[in-house]
Amino acid sequence: MSKNAWQDDRGNKDRTIANPTGQGKEFPVEGRGKAVRVEGDSPFLIGDCMTGGYGTGADILHDCTVAVEKGEIAVIVGPNGAGKSTAMKAVFGMLNLHSGAVRLDGEDITGLSPQDRVAKGMAFVPQTSNVFVSLTVEENLEMGAFLRQDDIRPTMNQVFDLFPILKDKRRQAAGELSGGQRQQVAVGRALMTQPKVLMLDEPTAGVSPIVMDELFDRIIEVARAGITILMVEQNARQALEIADKGYVLVQGGNAYTDTGKALLADPEVRRTFLGG
Amino acid sequence: MDPINAIVALLNFVIIPGAAYGAQLALGALGVTLIYGILRFSNFAHGDTMAFGAMCTILVTWLFQGWGLSLGVLPTALLALPFGIAATALLLIGTDRAVYQFYRRQKAAPVILVIVSMGVMFIMNGLVRFIIGVNDQNFLDGERFIISARRFKELTGIEEGLAFKTSQGLTIVTAVIVVAALFWFLNRTRTGKSMRAFSDNEDLALLSGINPEKVVTYTWIIVAGLATIAGVLYGLDKSFKPFTYFQLLLPIFASAIVGGLGSPLGAIAGGFVIAFSEITVTYAFKKVLGYLAPGGWEPDSLVQLLSTDYKFAVSFAILIIVLLFKPTGLFAGKSV
Repeated sequence: MSKNAWQDDRGNKDRTIANPTGQGKEFPVEGRGKAVRVEGDSPFLIGDCMTGGYGTGADILHDCTVAVEKGEIAVIVGPNGAGKSTAMKAVFGMLNLHSGAVRLDGEDITGLSPQDRVAKGMAFVPQTSNVFVSLTVEENLEMGAFLRQDDIRPTMNQVFDLFPILKDKRRQAAGELSGGQRQQVAVGRALMTQPKVLMLDEPTAGVSPIVMDELFDRIIEVARAGITILMVEQNARQALEIADKGYVLVQGGNAYTDTGKALLADPEVRRTFLGG
Repeated sequence: MDPINAIVALLNFVIIPGAAYGAQLALGALGVTLIYGILRFSNFAHGDTMAFGAMCTILVTWLFQGWGLSLGVLPTALLALPFGIAATALLLIGTDRAVYQFYRRQKAAPVILVIVSMGVMFIMNGLVRFIIGVNDQNFLDGERFIISARRFKELTGIEEGLAFKTSQGLTIVTAVIVVAALFWFLNRTRTGKSMRAFSDNEDLALLSGINPEKVVTYTWIIVAGLATIAGVLYGLDKSFKPFTYFQLLLPIFASAIVGGLGSPLGAIAGGFVIAFSEITVTYAFKKVLGYLAPGGWEPDSLVQLLSTDYKFAVSFAILIIVLLFKPTGLFAGKSV
């Protein structure tokens, strides 16, 4: 994947000496920087002109900008390999940016590590392996609230109200749940920090259409509660319908940016991307 | 036929020593398994970490003995143990900062970390020999036996003697306490849960705000505790010699792998499996069978499957059998 000699693990499949699942894949921002207040008018959350890629590999994002206003839903759509998830991870500090900035609520947070961003009120739900499979549902939620020192019971009850099935399964290992239930655990885990911004990477990937509709309903419910949502979606049509703002990325850059409705109505977008 | 004497002989020569040795291996394997689960590599320096911890404890024990401090019937080493753990924790965290952290930042392939740990092993090995020498060191004091063979015979009137050494009793009791404390920590405390979460899914732990460096530091401290306790108990039970600790690496790894790397429960089970197989295979059953066999049928030979010199071959054989037929171990590792 990269020219990094440290990562070449040819012949390294022996579970007895080396853990094939290995370390995490992300190269998070080291987190030596500080949040800096910036003057001027800026959206609530913005990844501004981001350029960067994973580790020492090639750049994936080129001058990519995504922004979302408080309490709104922004959706990033685009063809496979367009860098949608990468853009999202860049906003969360899961890769080092060569240029560009990330600002949240009037503060420049480009230099903050992911865990510092969590403390600032951001929460991220990855697309895959987004639950701790060996931990129980309840422990998953507790880990979501890891940074909180106050009583987490009320928040946990709110999550159980939002996803009632989780309450029945709270002593079960998350790895034993179905795909849709896992997604609920994943979203619930992210909500445990009481975030200001919830970032979802393809929350409906691999779940049945019925579960998908329900998940979208829940996401709208979360947004109504005043939580800003930034989301990457494969089901572009459905996602853009609920989006206040839509971003179409192509090859790591912005192709079209508009409100969700306008993008759905735009003949160019429909022709090239939504398939008529 | 004399089953009582047979049972006593079996207890004396197989079950009690096996349980003590098993407990020592289990503690060692727990350390290996924790590092595998959280730092994602097999730590070949673990045997020498045990030697370093035991050495520090011995030095402090000698100091205390010089001052005339003692714990009465219990070995003074127990008093020195916290100091040994602290010194070992400092060494491990120092090693991590100086060596492992660099490779972690690079996301080095786990096999590279294994080789790195081998380098660390040789350095620790040299360090221990340089400080305390290569010879046997005896640091056991206090009462030697909970019950000695002669007293047992006097008390019960049974022909066969049963000796229960203080070090054996201490090993089993300490191991039970340590394991209970470790499981409580991993399953009940916030830090312990964050360690399990990190072991389960490193990237997601990061997203939840868990600081990887903190988890790693806690892991090294716990491993220092486990390794030092295992090393000191082994030293009390047998004797302290740096080379035997280096050799212990094999049964310890065998235990961890047999149980399933990354599974603490597996490490404990594996420790006892390896210990009991080593001892039963190398024990001469002549005496036990002599008591059990009907008159005139007593075996003439020693009835010993393997000479004790080959005891490492036993753990190696078990290791290979498990790897061939159930590579993930008895408890299918991975999660800590």
